[in-house]
Amino acid sequence: MEVRSPQFRQSAAAALDDARLQGALRQVRSRFIDKRAKGVASLPEFEALRENARAIKNHVLERLDLYLEAYEERVTAQGGHVHWARDASEARGIVLDLCRKANARVVTKGKSMISEEIGLNAFLERHGVAPVETDLGEYIIQLRGEHPSHIIAPAVHLNIGQVRDSFRAAHTHLPPDRAMEAPESLLAEARGVLREKFLSADVGITGANFLIAETGTSVIVTNEGNGDLTQLLPRIHIVLASIEKIVPTLDDMSQIMRLLARSATGQEMSVYTTLSTGPRRRGDLDGPEQYHVVLLDNGRSNMVGTEFQDMLRCIRCGACMNHCPVYQAVGGHAYGWVYPGPMGAVLTPTLVGVDKAGHLPNASTFCGRCESVCPMKIPLPKMMRHWREREFERHLVPADFRRGLKLWAWFARRPFLYRVFAGLGMTVLGLAGRRRGRFARLPLAAGWTAHRDLPAPQGGTFIGQWKRRRGAGR
Amino acid sequence: MQTTETARPRTALFVTCLVDLFRPSVGFAAVKLLEAAGCEVHVPVSQTCCGQPAWNSGDRADTRAIAEQVIIAFEKFDYVVAPSGSCAGMLKKHYPEVFAGDPAWQARATAFAGKVSELVSFLADEMGMAAVEATCPAKATYHDSCSGLRELGVRDQPRRLLASVKGLKLAEMKEADVCCGFGGTFAVKYPEISNAIVGEKAANVEAARPDLLLAGDLGCLMNMAGKLKRQGSAIEVRHVAEVLAGMTDAPPIGEGRR
Repeated sequence: MEVRSPQFRQSAAAALDDARLQGALRQVRSRFIDKRAKGVASLPEFEALRENARAIKNHVLERLDLYLEAYEERVTAQGGHVHWARDASEARGIVLDLCRKANARVVTKGKSMISEEIGLNAFLERHGVAPVETDLGEYIIQLRGEHPSHIIAPAVHLNIGQVRDSFRAAHTHLPPDRAMEAPESLLAEARGVLREKFLSADVGITGANFLIAETGTSVIVTNEGNGDLTQLLPRIHIVLASIEKIVPTLDDMSQIMRLLARSATGQEMSVYTTLSTGPRRRGDLDGPEQYHVVLLDNGRSNMVGTEFQDMLRCIRCGACMNHCPVYQAVGGHAYGWVYPGPMGAVLTPTLVGVDKAGHLPNASTFCGRCESVCPMKIPLPKMMRHWREREFERHLVPADFRRGLKLWAWFARRPFLYRVFAGLGMTVLGLAGRRRGRFARLPLAAGWTAHRDLPAPQGGTFIGQWKRRRGAGR
Repeated sequence: MQTTETARPRTALFVTCLVDLFRPSVGFAAVKLLEAAGCEVHVPVSQTCCGQPAWNSGDRADTRAIAEQVIIAFEKFDYVVAPSGSCAGMLKKHYPEVFAGDPAWQARATAFAGKVSELVSFLADEMGMAAVEATCPAKATYHDSCSGLRELGVRDQPRRLLASVKGLKLAEMKEADVCCGFGGTFAVKYPEISNAIVGEKAANVEAARPDLLLAGDLGCLMNMAGKLKRQGSAIEVRHVAEVLAGMTDAPPIGEGRR
């Protein structure tokens, strides 16, 4: 997927002007925030679980190699295969290879952000394999040739009218005068279309919410049941997972699971939680003949031991973006790559380079709401600040901003001069704004005054007045 | 005042650059409140800024130089108090991190951080102030500024003290704890997004139909007042300290002298 993060500013402006998108984004506020709050309030031990979950993942990240090898051993012992992919290109190659060996024409897919990260769909299509997204939201955006705008609600940027239009355009085999008013009718239509795909697919690809080292199990969490049909019906099941998805035991998974759905949608648990351990065994009624796991690194192992290690605790619940005022304002596509919102602002620079994704960690008010709702207690603002430091060190910050900052800091470090100039400036501004109390326009302050007035200073500084009143030195 | 010198904690006011430059009346309100709470108030006159603009822009070297200056000027006092959750959060939560890798200075910054508080929570939590002597006949709504709320736990203290102001009625707005879109340099780096966020905030403020909008951070207040005034709103905007101190004679933020 093309990285459009350098155009963040333009994309954000366009998103703010898009009335339909703004209408859809309102749903994020009402749908996710209240539900999460209720879900969390109904679980008294939520805070304690957060602490535990953080400790579990921190423990794993200190011994990532150990747990990954243990996991591989268990998968292999049960007849599965683990494929290690250093980067996106290797991962795509492995998947295509498996598809070719199976003579696969149609591949069904459960929801997977790793698939987005490695740009799998476009790649498979180019090589004659037809990927079919089976998660409703993913299916809709696949029909529209779009990318997810949210990590758990990929089509949250659309309204039902747009979905209706897409279905009408794509499902030409259905009668044009069919009933499409009720949301349920659209759901039934997607189900009908996808049913045939499930049955004809040669390979099913899913993501993984967890990988469990002690059992060699991959776990998916869904609400539609499409993931189960994707991985059970075809002959071959391929799991796409990044290396940090690993947890030591089933108990660990269960603990983090109690946080996941509550943080994401406010549900106690998602509707389906499916554990897959190897291919079909003798006597099993169903299941794939082959079970493959593609383990993707793609820069993650480089984060271990750095100030970005905490990001690897992320379980992709989406709570940070749901609660982010910037995400709520501009939506996910403005971020310009796979991962939007605060988690994307930290992760994207790691994966595509801060030179391209520099806007993302900057486009935050540091309000801290993301960190406060993160079930894994990831210090997202702190890590965005680390990116800003790297940018500053590498002189990636716009030159005029840097000059302004340096000039201000030069004065801030010289209290006497600061006092003289600040006192003078505030006296002038105070006099100029005395009658109205604010400025509608001011030289050098266009960024501020384009949208709001600038309150005028009262005139004279506090320190100056204090000195006069109390005498200097106190 | 009957209190003995020894019982009065030596309290330094970190007035913050915005209050210093734009609204000195907030500083004097803070002094009045601190003195009423029994503090001996000091104002080190060498103070300029907490360094947050540099810190949040990734400029660690300048942040460190400014932080050293602040610590040197303020560490000798019993308490350091700022009428801002954002600046107090910087001094309390971020300074120790600024000196990461320098154990001597980090220890010094950590000891200093232990003395720092945001004004209203300091009055309520440290000085045990349960009520104020103030009158303000108005219907007010209170905006929770982000750093104060999430870094320092400032939430109930201002509401409790405001409840003791004679004539004041507090009406909660929707999403009082959601960012106003100021974010320091964010407001000028991404003005359109900042505007969208403050637009939401202004709508929530208006919907609560208050006479008065209060908050504990001048940056947020200037942003919200700037938006409300641009939209022609009649809602008055003030720092919470002005109301708690009973010092509402200065024109509200963004209003001229009548």
